[in-house]
Amino acid sequence: MPNEAMQVKAISAHPGPVPGGNVSRDYDVCKLIDTTTCIGCKACEVACLEWNGYEFRETTFDNTYQTMPDTAWNYWNLIRFNEVESEEHGLQWLMRKDQCMHCAEPGCLEACPADGAIVQYKNGIVDFNQENCIGCQYCVTGCPFNIPKFNPETKKVFKCTLCSDRVGAGLEPACIKACPTGCLHFGSKEDMKDLAERRVAQLHKETSYNKAGVYDPEGVGGTHVIYVLHDAENPEKYGGLPKNPRIPLMVSFWKHPLKWLGNVGLVFGIAGVLLHYVRFGPKVIDKKEEKKP
Amino acid sequence: MSTPTILREGTILPEGQVVRYTFEERACHWVNGVTYLFCMLTGLAFYSPYLYWMSYVGGSPATARTLHPWVGVFFFVAMLWMHTLWKVQMASIPEDQQWKDNMKYYIENRDELLPPAGRFNAGQKLFYWVMYYAAIILLLTGVVMWFPELMPRNLHWLLTIIIPIHAAAALVTIGAFIIHIYMGILMVPGGLKGIAYGRVSEEWAAHHHRLWYEKIKKDSR
Ligand code: HEM
Ligand code: SF4
Repeated sequence: MPNEAMQVKAISAHPGPVPGGNVSRDYDVCKLIDTTTCIGCKACEVACLEWNGYEFRETTFDNTYQTMPDTAWNYWNLIRFNEVESEEHGLQWLMRKDQCMHCAEPGCLEACPADGAIVQYKNGIVDFNQENCIGCQYCVTGCPFNIPKFNPETKKVFKCTLCSDRVGAGLEPACIKACPTGCLHFGSKEDMKDLAERRVAQLHKETSYNKAGVYDPEGVGGTHVIYVLHDAENPEKYGGLPKNPRIPLMVSFWKHPLKWLGNVGLVFGIAGVLLHYVRFGPKVIDKKEEKKP
Repeated sequence: MSTPTILREGTILPEGQVVRYTFEERACHWVNGVTYLFCMLTGLAFYSPYLYWMSYVGGSPATARTLHPWVGVFFFVAMLWMHTLWKVQMASIPEDQQWKDNMKYYIENRDELLPPAGRFNAGQKLFYWVMYYAAIILLLTGVVMWFPELMPRNLHWLLTIIIPIHAAAALVTIGAFIIHIYMGILMVPGGLKGIAYGRVSEEWAAHHHRLWYEKIKKDSR
């Protein structure tokens, strides 16, 4: 990603001002997942495990292609296979790569009480710092996508990092690198949005998917992982992708108005007793008067 | 004359002193106090980023998270212990109403205008019941918050309600606790000695808890 350091400052033998000087591109990153070209090969799952150093997990069989029911603390990336029937398209086999959405307004970060356990980088990546995690799992409650997963042994929570370590070194995330069909793309949010919209236009024009659209939910301020869906009106079909995800209302309420009410109450309580001490002071007992009964 | 260390409540000692709290009552009070304080400090740390440093009473924030619920359970058990000791004496008596009606004299230190109180005055009773019921709410909500991993995902929204209830119950007790500490240490001289050594002067007893003092005076005759 070009950033300000790589802006052109001067050009040799160039007449007039430097073209594009002082213009800097957004450096926020985005992963685009085109569900219409995913073949469910799981190369991204394997690449994720390889890069992050986890072993493949035991699989389960439930009469479908689904290898395991959910992501796990050591399995951050899972293809969800969904068999969906509709009149328009008959039987469809919808596959969706499920992982952290890297929300612009992350519910996990909002809910977290531990200093420094969750950070959001300027490029949009939301990352967990396990050394600061206290294991309270408030993030699980705050996330509308059911992403953070708890390791009961270490009492720490884990999730997809969008390969912040690779991205920081100028590489694309491991899953992107492994994808054989080109259904995964990585770049600036602007470019990925543009690419996604062009793909949607193509689907509208050349296929019968007239409900195709981009999934970049506004309720969480947009996400840094976006989908192209054949049917953007019913994202639930893709294995529980919420239609209008938002930070749970009670989490926002408890983290803001309730906290401030409590804080004001505490300050008034302490100020109140101090004021009482200054105004009335301690009780004194008149020794002679008492002790008569 | 040496006095035995464990004495019954209400015993009148030489040198004008009265036994206000037995050893068991004092021990129970301090177990309550220490466990409560630990929960309060570690809880407040998770409540506000500005108070996060308080979690270091548990060693580190992560150990504070591990210990808070355990100490909370101890606090609840201590509260039950206290309940067996004091539930009868904390029950409301008819005289309490008059005391409550005239509480402003107590606040303004015009105690001569205040109706006499029993072993515990109506304010102390109120504090007790606030702590008792809050302890039950804190335990019930706290146990759910202890193991969110056992909560099925479709019920997870319950936590978004339970956590604020836990925090709100804690805040109510903290408000009461601030007043309790202020009164014990600064506002009512002699009170702290009473709960520390179990003894108060006869003047203190007569001044603050006249009905109680009259009763023990009568019993000792
Ligand atoms: C009675 C048994 C109790 C249990 C089982 C319990 C358990 C919990 C748990 C599991 C949490 C989540 C974060 C953490 O683990 O630290 C919590 C938070 C908290 N606890 Fe307790 N607790 C108890 C008693 C208390 C008491 C006596 C206080 C006294 C002030 C208290 C105040 C708090 C506060 C302020 C929070 C933070 C809430 C927030 O995040 O806004 N708790 N408790
Ligand atoms: S998807 Fe969940 S874990 Fe990922 S950034 Fe959003 S709220 Fe946090």
